[in-house]
Amino acid sequence: MNTLPQQLANGLFLGSMYGLIAIGYTMVYGIVQLINFAHGEIFMTGGFGALTVYLVLPDGISMWIALPAMLLGGTLVAVLIAVGAERFAYRPLRGAPRLAPLITAIGLSLALQQLVFNLYPNAKTARVFPQLHFGPFHVGSITIQSGDVFLIIAAPLCMAVLAFFVRLSRTGRAMQATAQDPDTAQLMGIDTNRIIVIAFAIGGLFAAVAGTAYGLKYGSVSYDMGFLAGLKAFTAAVLGGIGNIYGAMLGGLVLGLAEAMATAYIANIPGMHQLGGGSWAPVWAFVLLILVLLFRPQGLLGERVADRA
Amino acid sequence: MVILTSVLTTGALTLTACGSRNNDSKGGDSGNVTVTIGVDAPLTGQNSATGLGIQYGAQIAVDDANKNKTVPGVTFKIKALDDKAIPATGQQNATQLVSDSNVLGVVGPLNSGVATQMQQTFATANLVEISPSNTAPELTQGKNWQTAKQRPFKTYFRTATTDALQGAFAADYAYNGLKKKKAFVVDDKQTYGAGLSKIFRQQFVKQGGKVIGTDHVNVGDRDFSTLVTKIKNSGADILYYGGQYDESEVLTKQLKEAGAKIPLFGGDGMFTPTYIKTAGKTAEGDLVTSIGVPVDTLPAAKDFVATYKAKKYPGDYGTYGSYAYDATTAIIKAVGQVVKNGKVPSDARAKVVDAVQNTSFDGISGKISFDQYGDTTNKQLTVYQVIDGKWKSVKSGTANPK
Repeated sequence: MNTLPQQLANGLFLGSMYGLIAIGYTMVYGIVQLINFAHGEIFMTGGFGALTVYLVLPDGISMWIALPAMLLGGTLVAVLIAVGAERFAYRPLRGAPRLAPLITAIGLSLALQQLVFNLYPNAKTARVFPQLHFGPFHVGSITIQSGDVFLIIAAPLCMAVLAFFVRLSRTGRAMQATAQDPDTAQLMGIDTNRIIVIAFAIGGLFAAVAGTAYGLKYGSVSYDMGFLAGLKAFTAAVLGGIGNIYGAMLGGLVLGLAEAMATAYIANIPGMHQLGGGSWAPVWAFVLLILVLLFRPQGLLGERVADRA
Repeated sequence: MVILTSVLTTGALTLTACGSRNNDSKGGDSGNVTVTIGVDAPLTGQNSATGLGIQYGAQIAVDDANKNKTVPGVTFKIKALDDKAIPATGQQNATQLVSDSNVLGVVGPLNSGVATQMQQTFATANLVEISPSNTAPELTQGKNWQTAKQRPFKTYFRTATTDALQGAFAADYAYNGLKKKKAFVVDDKQTYGAGLSKIFRQQFVKQGGKVIGTDHVNVGDRDFSTLVTKIKNSGADILYYGGQYDESEVLTKQLKEAGAKIPLFGGDGMFTPTYIKTAGKTAEGDLVTSIGVPVDTLPAAKDFVATYKAKKYPGDYGTYGSYAYDATTAIIKAVGQVVKNGKVPSDARAKVVDAVQNTSFDGISGKISFDQYGDTTNKQLTVYQVIDGKWKSVKSGTANPK
């Protein structure tokens, strides 16, 4: 049986999740030129927020009712943390040398991890996440698992809404303006502080959707799930061209596909069987990053809104 | 000379040190000398569902010894350290335990890979180490255990039997019991997982089965979709996984949801209720081998199980709790032979090692004694299967590889 369609689908699902998280990196970078390394943890808290909502809802509630509430709860938590981080950790450092907010971001990432680890009940091990039970679906030779259904609906939907928002709404145009030149934008009457907060909030929202998708797909959430996921999403953002929202989604998809293809088929190449297999997935992801940085440092799509590094 | 803190008051202090949640070791005033038994296991994060069983199993053994005044004039306490299943952390913990002169024995660690980094430290300090769960053969029988057995460290003992038997027992059951002919073998590249899957592979092929594919995953991986697709299309009728529950519970879920109706078979690292809780219905039919016979069938373990449940400890006693209890008891008994009238001799640690080597008693998990390699003489193994959402024992026995 030909496994290619299934492996492509696997890569797309994985890539959609990377893409959702990558949006947060790219939005914030596009507007304040900050790599928010705590974003992986915002993704994690989104997952935990959704789980918390499920736990306070009455037992045995249908997932059709619970899921929207969980998404709302996860979003609330992730957005609050993202906005709080901006207000209390990054804003005081605006204008400081680039390194200062970067190190703050790493510190914040550790702090958030430890907070969840120590304060969330029983979070010292992975916590079981509620599951959707209606799949799997078969499309041709492809099997789509229940957890992935959420992803393939949520990811394009979120992306489309974001694209319309940035292009057509007043706030969206203000965001573009701020990204291009914050000083001039401010002179034109745009409240740049508000725009920055909105960028962080949108990143948090996408992270919460990704966090919930992660729980649904893998059956559990854990305090350290943000680390590798964040790193891969950051790779995706750079891959697509950091600062470019379409690039983030494209980068995510490319990364997911590359990982799936590499782990599935490299082992079949004669003489390469040592380099194949699932345990090599992160290696191929980062090899791809290095290649892109070498040959196309601006990323696949490049940054469309600003010419500054 | 090792002078131990003599105490009537530290009974209360031990509580904070061991992270025990209640005050059962208040029987601390039974003796005039305090001996510490170190515990090292993953208490948080990866593997902690099984690791916590070791801590609490040891805790109950110490509580019992203090209550029954097993060793007159000695009060025992636990010093539990968290190795997070990371070898380097385990080594730091070993150094810390060695430098605490009150420590006369150590129970742990959970992971074979962690043990390899701790053995030398304990051997240098002549401190006895009994693992309730390590199963990699080279820990007791040396690197060339298949051809020339040689014991590398005389301070290292274990109450769990080795993967040489466990992997073979699993292969026998898969081939003869389940009538599976084509296995796909995956491991997590750790000392335990890689070793176990290798022995399974060898024995399965020897039986006449075919290993149709192999692959490896990373500790901490959550996405196995590519691997699952490969397994599904390989035509394998069983998946053998060498590793821990953290990865396999997600792997089995993705495997079944992808439409592959084959069971996942693993080792004792997967034998925990957490596996079923996370994998849900998809765990149904999966199998593990584990050391010993089911604890709840042993009359001697009845009190232990009752105590464990009454204290509502997190984690699961079923896998290693009873072995940790017996390992701790072996140390307590050895200390009893060495420490007379509340006096600790200057070479107490070395004497405890000798006493443990010659120990022989009926523990709650069966007879406890060690052979010339430090391995347990109890070679019992059991296959468990998930039936109606619970681990049920389906076959007990021992393996005869080769």
